[in-house]
Amino acid sequence: MRSWLFTLILAVAGAALFALSRFIQNDYFFFAGYVVLQYIVLSTAWNILGGYCGYVNFGTAALFAIGAYTTVALHKLLVTSRIYPMSMPELIVIGGAVSAVVGLGIGYLTLRLRGAFFSIATLALAVVIQTIITNWDYVGGSRGAYVIRPPSAPLVGSYIQYLFLVMLVLAVISVAVARLIERSRLGYGFATIRDDEIAAEASGVPTLRLKLIATTLSGALMGMAGAPLPYYVGYLDPASGFNLAYAVNSIAMPVIGGTTTWIGPLIGAVLLGTLQQWVTVTISSAVSLLIVGLLLVGFVIVAPNGLVGLVRPLFVRGKG
Amino acid sequence: MAPLLEVDDLSKRFGGFVALDGVSLAVAPGERLGLIGPNGSGKSTLVNCLCGALHNESGVVRFDGTNVNGMTAHQRTRLGMARSFQLPRPFTSLSLADNLRIPLIYSANMRRGSHFTAAEIENRCGELLRLVGLDAKARRLPRDLTQVEMRKLELARAMGADPKLLIADEAMAGLSHSEIEDILKLLDQLNQRGITIILIEHIMRAVMSFSQRLVVLVSGKKIADGKPQDVIRDPEVERAYLGQ
Ligand SMILES: Nc1ncnc2c1ncn2[C@@H]1O[C@H](COP(=O)(O)OP(=O)(O)OP(=O)(O)O)[C@@H](O)[C@H]1O
Ligand SMILES: [Mg+2]
Repeated sequence: MRSWLFTLILAVAGAALFALSRFIQNDYFFFAGYVVLQYIVLSTAWNILGGYCGYVNFGTAALFAIGAYTTVALHKLLVTSRIYPMSMPELIVIGGAVSAVVGLGIGYLTLRLRGAFFSIATLALAVVIQTIITNWDYVGGSRGAYVIRPPSAPLVGSYIQYLFLVMLVLAVISVAVARLIERSRLGYGFATIRDDEIAAEASGVPTLRLKLIATTLSGALMGMAGAPLPYYVGYLDPASGFNLAYAVNSIAMPVIGGTTTWIGPLIGAVLLGTLQQWVTVTISSAVSLLIVGLLLVGFVIVAPNGLVGLVRPLFVRGKG
Repeated sequence: MAPLLEVDDLSKRFGGFVALDGVSLAVAPGERLGLIGPNGSGKSTLVNCLCGALHNESGVVRFDGTNVNGMTAHQRTRLGMARSFQLPRPFTSLSLADNLRIPLIYSANMRRGSHFTAAEIENRCGELLRLVGLDAKARRLPRDLTQVEMRKLELARAMGADPKLLIADEAMAGLSHSEIEDILKLLDQLNQRGITIILIEHIMRAVMSFSQRLVVLVSGKKIADGKPQDVIRDPEVERAYLGQ
């Protein structure tokens, strides 16, 4: 299928989902749906580097939080002081840009490392970033900061519905980008990096440049997912912005769904995201993270190609 | 004629171990050079230094008039140096055809500063598959290949980069008599097209029939360089290499 056609279908599906959800009068649906959509963006973003290139990034929470804290800083600098009423799309673009730059920087520092060493380095840098933010008083330091969301929203009236719509658009964009990459020169190059970097270089693939493109893109999408967060929670502190759940989920969802195609992270995020929302409400958020952890371990051991890997042989049997 | 490849006093160590010790070498355009030496004499290490997979501490490598020291491996490939790996390293998640598309996308034609169009890539990919007789398996994954097919894929992928120089690192190890003939014929065909070839091989019959010149490496040092018949009669070579 052509990429523009795929994107169109995806956009129509998103619009239909939003139109249907408008019949739901319960705000909880939008609160929960927002989180699931946010995880679609995060797991798709993680998968660009982790799934396509095979570089397991433990630093998702930091790139996500940078998007969120960019919003906090801009909100305080411009909105609260009534200099300029920044709109959500503007905040998202700026948050994404800041995280893209940080992603690129992290890439420069870590991408000469491979395997576990790369992963540990990303984790270490995430801790460094969290420490810096925790000690940055302007955005609230360790106490956190309040972000008063506007009473009403453009287009749809209800602010939570607006945030849901915004995240839906981001989810559509990130899935479309992921699929576009898969079918492009870039996607082929990423696959060779995952398979064998030395052979890739020998075939003319500029591996370092491609890996930097992947971290930058991945970082940008993570930052964009984080930018609306302060308006969603109303109060942001480092403990929630840098929550372990973001790092764990952004790895678990693609791995459980399947890392080689765009649909894996999407399926993983929808299933796991929904399950977690349900468990969080019925039991507790700690238990929901425990379940994710156990599922992750289970899949890594039993089905390393994820659900997509389990289902695919049923369709392609007898072919080739 | 100016040499295509010029290696000047190249040395490489791994920690305290000297793997290459002041190797100098020149290869003329269109030449068929055989590179031999006992196990662990540094042949693959030399290939890795030439192609940029390893960095040599000292010495200069010039290719096609350009000093390639400090260039990355992919830049050297784009300049026209291609190599096959001693232990085949296919892209395991990609089909055979996709394996061959990689150098076509990322290397071939880059020397001329442009990319192939999608149609050109498909044409060339088909050509390469036919060249090595793997067109029937174009959509298979590398894990479905036999050993000789894997070697052919390795050579075809190197050819995809549209090289001026092809370095075949033990492309025939473990193959049967007729399979060796197959690969030799293929290399011969490539040489006919004007591609310079360095053949690294333990199978003497193959090296002797293919090479116009023979270089012998022992413990990281070049101990002989000349006509194949002369080189194998060299007493030093006999002692160090053939006598073992
Ligand atoms: N990455 C490395 N680190 C440490 N030592 C190495 C490394 N690569 C090669 N060596 C050592 O360098 C020496 C030369 O190895 P090389 O692979 O170049 O030999 P070779 O001539 O290709 O041998 P063969 O005929 O078995 O392929 C060997 O002693 C090997 O153990
Ligand atoms: Mg070797």
